[in-house]
Amino acid sequence: MLEIKNLHARIGEKEILKGVNLTVPDGEIHAIMGPNGAGKSTLSYVLSGRDGYEVTQGEVFYNGQNILELEPEDRAAAGIFLAFQYPVELPGVGNANFLRTALNAVRRKRGEAELDAVAFLKLARAAIKNLSMKEDFLKRNVNVGFSGGEKKRNEMLQMALLQPGLAILDETDSGLDIDALKIVAEGVNALRSPTFAALVITHYQRLLDHIVPDVVHVLSGGRIVRTGPAALALELEERGYAGLEAA
Amino acid sequence: MSASMQEIAERKYKYGFTTDIAMEEFPRGLSEDIIRLISAKKNEPEWMLEWRLKAYAYWLRIEEPDWAHVKHPPIDYQDLYYYAAPAKEAPKSLDEVDPELLKTYEKLGIPLNERAALAGVAVDAVFDSVSVATTFREMLSKAGVIFCPISEAVREHPELVKKYLGSVVPVRDNYFAALNSAVFSDGSFVYIPKGVRCPMELSTYFRINARNTGQFERTLIIADDDATVSYLEGCTAPMRDENQLHAAVVELVAMENAKIKYSTVQNWYPGDENGKGGIYNFVTKRGACLGKNSKISWTQVETGSAITWKYPSCVLSGENSVGEFYSVAVTNNHQQADTGTKMIHLGRNTTSTIISKGISAGKSDNTYRGLVKIAASASGARNFTQCDSLLIGDQCGAHTVPYIESRNASAKVEHEATTSKIAEDQLFYCRSRGLSEEDAVGLIVNGFCKDVLKELPMEFAVEAQKLLSVSLEGSVG
Ligand SMILES: Nc1ncnc2c1ncn2[C@@H]1O[C@H](COP(=O)(O)OP(=O)(O)O)[C@@H](O)[C@H]1O
Ligand SMILES: [Mg+2]
Repeated sequence: MLEIKNLHARIGEKEILKGVNLTVPDGEIHAIMGPNGAGKSTLSYVLSGRDGYEVTQGEVFYNGQNILELEPEDRAAAGIFLAFQYPVELPGVGNANFLRTALNAVRRKRGEAELDAVAFLKLARAAIKNLSMKEDFLKRNVNVGFSGGEKKRNEMLQMALLQPGLAILDETDSGLDIDALKIVAEGVNALRSPTFAALVITHYQRLLDHIVPDVVHVLSGGRIVRTGPAALALELEERGYAGLEAA
Repeated sequence: MSASMQEIAERKYKYGFTTDIAMEEFPRGLSEDIIRLISAKKNEPEWMLEWRLKAYAYWLRIEEPDWAHVKHPPIDYQDLYYYAAPAKEAPKSLDEVDPELLKTYEKLGIPLNERAALAGVAVDAVFDSVSVATTFREMLSKAGVIFCPISEAVREHPELVKKYLGSVVPVRDNYFAALNSAVFSDGSFVYIPKGVRCPMELSTYFRINARNTGQFERTLIIADDDATVSYLEGCTAPMRDENQLHAAVVELVAMENAKIKYSTVQNWYPGDENGKGGIYNFVTKRGACLGKNSKISWTQVETGSAITWKYPSCVLSGENSVGEFYSVAVTNNHQQADTGTKMIHLGRNTTSTIISKGISAGKSDNTYRGLVKIAASASGARNFTQCDSLLIGDQCGAHTVPYIESRNASAKVEHEATTSKIAEDQLFYCRSRGLSEEDAVGLIVNGFCKDVLKELPMEFAVEAQKLLSVSLEGSVG
């Protein structure tokens, strides 16, 4: 599914990723943990193709295709989805309009028929119910005036509609209460299938209680410094990241 | 232009075609004789000719203004044609309209055939210097509404025209108003009688077709006591390398409790990406709220023209009268827009609202210029102004020039202004969800303009949204 080989990337003159190697096989969910400033968000932006994040070395394969040359929208169509650590506000842009425009853009590129307003609403309402959100969510402007928790749930709504093959969740759990956390976890678990993989970036074991990862990686100083089973997350929560760099 | 370049240009401005039709044109240049010819052509009464000649005499004595934030080579007024019209005798009914013209309007998305027409919208179609068709006139006249070309109103309703023409925009108001008063060709005349709510949306579609010809639109709308009307105008022109002049005057009169909503979707040819060609859109639009509780609302979406110079204004004399101005002005490539409004508060408890959204891209220049004037007599007057500018790229300019003059201490004037850029994170957020960069810009821009677009009649809001996206094509990346 996802294969990252010796990935180096910089922002401006500053090298942030210094040789990341990581493989996520089909059907698996991997957690990425690591201290603030380690490069976790940077990795997620590089994978989704943000301008200004320059790859200087290495390769990234998604379902066998080298994606580094693709535009962000083409990566989205290919099935890569990033749930933002800080979702962006779009003043004046209605959530329903945004979701439908995005969904249809992706469907067009995937060679699927576009959805008319009625079909879309049906789909969106069902997804909203699964996420225990209020229906007025669709009428509000994208993320404008949303609480932290609402923003994260809106990311999950987008994920549920876009049906990605690879989901990258960048600290989607931070700022969520336990109920919201469970809902997010259910959203991810619902997508679990042999053709779905996820990278879950988090600081906390409590999310991983609900989304049980197959593998846990520790990213520190721009490299993966440790990889282990789900239990590694518990260990990290007890001992912290101190001393990991040397390991 | 290579074939593919032509294609791209036409995709961007899909109204750039010309209509091949036999035309009657007056000789080039401007003189008393030309004005006499125009007047004779329209079978005008003597008083109308006198009025024109006086305006011309005044225009000869004054200079073109230079205070607007726009640049253009001097206009040679002797090098223009002042009248051009299809050569055939004016049609008496819709069935007699030249098929070539019907096809033209069809192509513009304005079918003139009443069966095919947009439900609930009556259209006056102005082609260069004349109105070629006006739809649904019979149905409207049953409601007592007069909707006809102004050249016809001069002959058929002289008492109304004499009373109100030039009453809101005097002949001596400004250089272009004086010029228009001397040579105006066609435009629409609307009269809504007392107590009548106009049963249809009224609209005028202006088309410039002839080369080197100026279009001098004149529109006059009168809403009598308790009358209500919504009017919309659209404009397009062929793609040409020379600049062409559209110098219009629009006057609105609202009596007691009357409401006039005037919407514009202006899509004149903007010139090419190097700034060659395009329409000079020099327009004076003003409404007079004469009666108590009257209301005039201007909504404009300005995407076309090489230069736009236009300040739809309200003179609020009636007590409790309301003036509104909602504007989206988009400039791309080398376009220049200097637009805004004047709200003149004369009556007590008059209120005005100004919402202006300027979007600049490419190497364009976009200026909001507005005046809020509160006279000593306007106790309790209130104004709220919101001016937002959005920049795309770093070679364009946005300027906000608000003037506020208040002579009444009880008046309240609020002004808010913001300037922003489309943020990289907004674009990336949209693109990461599958939107192309251009679709992302379109979405963000439409969001930015939402407060204005929602004021447009529903039938036209969708069209306007599309137009915004098309106008900004190629502005990023
Ligand atoms: N736009 C930027 N310009 C310069 N440095 C940046 C930028 N964004 C992040 N960084 C730096 O890159 C490093 C990694 O940041 P980030 O990927 O956000 O870490 P994490 O998500 O693991 O907390 C940090 O040192 C941060 O300061
Ligand atoms: Mg981060």
